[in-house]
Amino acid sequence: MMTIGLPHYLTLAAILFAISVAGIFINRRNLILLLMCVELILLSVNFNFIAFARWLGDETGQIFVFFILTVAAAEAAIGLAILVVLFRTQQSINVQELDSMKG
Amino acid sequence: MIQAILFYTFAAVLVAAALGVILVRNPVHAVLLLILTFFQSAVLWLLAEVEFLAIVLVLVYVGAVMVLFLFVVMMLNINVATVRGGFTRYAPFGLAIAALMVIELVQVIWLRSRVGTGALAAGFQPTPEGYSNTKSLGAILYTEHVYAFEIAAVILLLAIVAAITLTMRKRPGLKVQDIGRQVAVRPQDRIRIVSMKAEERR
Repeated sequence: MMTIGLPHYLTLAAILFAISVAGIFINRRNLILLLMCVELILLSVNFNFIAFARWLGDETGQIFVFFILTVAAAEAAIGLAILVVLFRTQQSINVQELDSMKG
Repeated sequence: MIQAILFYTFAAVLVAAALGVILVRNPVHAVLLLILTFFQSAVLWLLAEVEFLAIVLVLVYVGAVMVLFLFVVMMLNINVATVRGGFTRYAPFGLAIAALMVIELVQVIWLRSRVGTGALAAGFQPTPEGYSNTKSLGAILYTEHVYAFEIAAVILLLAIVAAITLTMRKRPGLKVQDIGRQVAVRPQDRIRIVSMKAEERR
């Protein structure tokens, strides 16, 4: 319990992942909170990569985290741009009101 | 010992902040708690001796991406009460599934670390003397992974172009130059030659 190692970081990542998945279920109305939950999921993935990279003594896992951060930043920028356009046209970001493509 | 105390303290703050992100009603508070979550993660990564990525997380994520979130939340000016009018009917189901996932993952992780050879339960190997995380990451990032690095640069460029083209709009009544029409103009569009009789001087 006292030596902090791989299981501790993996457990923390699992808890973080479950919290964010629960957040997606809970905040199904607000699109911006859904985006934030996706960011949290990516963070928990990064925790796993870092824990294994440190445990195996291989820096390639840290390189992966670097690229995940890049892609997550791009995703956040494009997602927020879409959100702004959506709010401008619909005056709402409530997911349940976005049914204009329903047949 | 001191490392364990620090880890549990920071992990508790991290989990509390993440719970706050999904539970608070005000989106601005949610973004601020998300900033706290990312900052605690950076501290935990520092604890695992992953210094470069911890600093990148603070500078890039907290400094740029989260501020972008905050900017958008404040710009949209969402009515808090209408957006977060109580939990949806899927909330208990989602919480049950999340709890189940945590139980299963924790069981798998801890059973493996106990039953196995015991190598999993040991801590991380300490980095050698004079080890520089940034230097060793750069040594493999610019040699082995340079192709992926360039693709990442293209992805960032794509994000810039996409974000600008998505949010740019033409305002009505705005006077702008139309270069194509200016270049394609012909003399007869601009001046009209009128044939008329010469008038007498008065």
